[in-house]
Amino acid sequence: MDETYDVIVLGTGLTECILSGILSVSGRKVLHMDRNKYYGGESASITPLDDLFKMFGQDPVALPDGRPRDWNVDLIPKFLMASGQLVKILIKTGVTKYLEFKSVEGSYVFKGSKIFKVPSNEKEALATSLMGIFEKRRFKNLLTGINEFDEKAPKNPNMTPELTMEQVFKNFGLDENTRDFCGHAMGLYLNDDYLKKSCIEPVSRIKLYCESMARYGNSPYLYPLYGLGELPQGFARLSAIYGGTYMLDKPVDEIIMEDGKFAGVKSQGQIARAKMVLGDPSYFLDRVKKIGQVVRAICIMNHTIPNTNDAKSCQIIFPQNQLGRKSDIYVSMVSYAHNVASKTYYIAMISTTVETANPENEILPALKIIGPVLHKFVKVHDCFVPKDTAADKLAQCFVSTSYDATSHFETTCLDITNLHKNITGEDINYANIVDPDESASQGADQ
Amino acid sequence: MSMREVKVCLLGEAGVGKSSIAHRFVMDSFNEKQESTIGAAFMSKTVKYNTQTVKFQMWDTAGQEKYKGLAPMYYRGASAAIVVYDITSFNTYNVVKDWVRDVRDTCDTEDFILIIVGNKVDVEEKRNVPRETAEKYCVSMGAHLFECSALSGKNVFEIFEKIAENLPSENPMLHHKRDTINIRPPIKEKKKECCKTQ
Repeated sequence: MDETYDVIVLGTGLTECILSGILSVSGRKVLHMDRNKYYGGESASITPLDDLFKMFGQDPVALPDGRPRDWNVDLIPKFLMASGQLVKILIKTGVTKYLEFKSVEGSYVFKGSKIFKVPSNEKEALATSLMGIFEKRRFKNLLTGINEFDEKAPKNPNMTPELTMEQVFKNFGLDENTRDFCGHAMGLYLNDDYLKKSCIEPVSRIKLYCESMARYGNSPYLYPLYGLGELPQGFARLSAIYGGTYMLDKPVDEIIMEDGKFAGVKSQGQIARAKMVLGDPSYFLDRVKKIGQVVRAICIMNHTIPNTNDAKSCQIIFPQNQLGRKSDIYVSMVSYAHNVASKTYYIAMISTTVETANPENEILPALKIIGPVLHKFVKVHDCFVPKDTAADKLAQCFVSTSYDATSHFETTCLDITNLHKNITGEDINYANIVDPDESASQGADQ
Repeated sequence: MSMREVKVCLLGEAGVGKSSIAHRFVMDSFNEKQESTIGAAFMSKTVKYNTQTVKFQMWDTAGQEKYKGLAPMYYRGASAAIVVYDITSFNTYNVVKDWVRDVRDTCDTEDFILIIVGNKVDVEEKRNVPRETAEKYCVSMGAHLFECSALSGKNVFEIFEKIAENLPSENPMLHHKRDTINIRPPIKEKKKECCKTQ
């Protein structure tokens, strides 16, 4: 590793791997290191199961009817929006061919004391028991308005860019429950801050939800076989194909600065030099600040979640107002159907933004809904953002943002776009990416 | 008769000739100045054997094996692995055992085909790994042994014939593929059955 590179990347989380791939494709010489033995950092899927027990300081327990190797347990609960940014990046980079996806079977929302399927098209909206007959008609009108919305040429005076989302809801005459439902179950907002802002973003988020839903059917989400950890691995492969060097199990002993600028990374007595460094917050604790905490509980079960139509994968959203909280609680469940668990086992992950001194208590309403749990792994994660991006740019140290409590990768993709612009001064140009496999030698048939 | 697609992983220490073997098989040529693999993710070749047509997809490590960086994804859905060593270097033979352990950990299906290949028999005079040593190990692991030369082409095609011979009667790759979604190309997707409410 005693060499000079264009970029050194620290940590193999999804953000770092996507950027590593794109930077390698654009001709930069990349060295990518991770202190862990596995790919993925915070966005890894842990295998074998014994390693998950150890990671949470528990003695490994052998589960009947299965092998520890069958398990790939995600550390963060996220799905891909079928029409979202990450799917676009996967297609444009060609990384999608290393992966296989399944559609998440159902999307549910908690109301009162029960869960309901999220209606996502007009037909479902008219059939749902979530709202009364008149409210249904108003909800349908809102969906039609959103579908036709064009921020540059707004036709409907009830939905123009100057209006806040709160005003739009009022204009369409929607009650509190339907607002909750639109903003949280479809717009996927974690709290109610969006109500006071322009309706452009909420409208486009609800539109993204509907478009994602229309694409594959039962839910707007996709999930990769073998777990989310496959995503960073796929982009790492893209980087490697374009000459990126990969080192796992490599501790970072020191980040070397010269005259206030990044100069190199020291590991096990060796120094790799580069013009710049990019990494996740855990490698730059002096350059980030804590903006909050997320509690995540990984729950291993031997049954599906009650009242979800026996779905082998699903999401349940508990809107804040239903629980008297300030932020939503999410449940994401996947199972052996996605090659992440031994046959007949299910993994539900409960997550939310921490609001009290007792985070484990905060997730109790969700625990009650998912039913009996065999093993539970709970951790409170700190969320970091860069302290001063202008200073980082001067120092040529670029730091990503922690994975937030949202249930998808849209904010992660935004972070990637911004980091790329900061690093190179340019927007990501996918046209540069020539699919290496399309151009690879294809043998003559015999 | 339908064509079977078979994913084959090429493994082994850097520089033993993984890419050269693939190159010899696919293009029937040898590139003397073959540098570390850059720019090719996999090569494919379709071969007709007596009763079946097999499309081999050979995955290259893309250099990720050098510093313990080979991702588990590399093994997903593979039917066979070819672990290569250089018969002139005992060190490259020693690490074969680590690769085999890796393979066994990740793809321990009954039908998995494991082939161990000693490359560079064209420089027999520099041989450091006796055939008997490798043979004994292969028998103990239930693996097939080949000694070949990517340079001359000797025994390279035979490796793939052996894989074709040993394929299980049903393609294991199809098992989990039934209800996966192809997200590429994005527009042509047909809608699945939808609008089911509880």
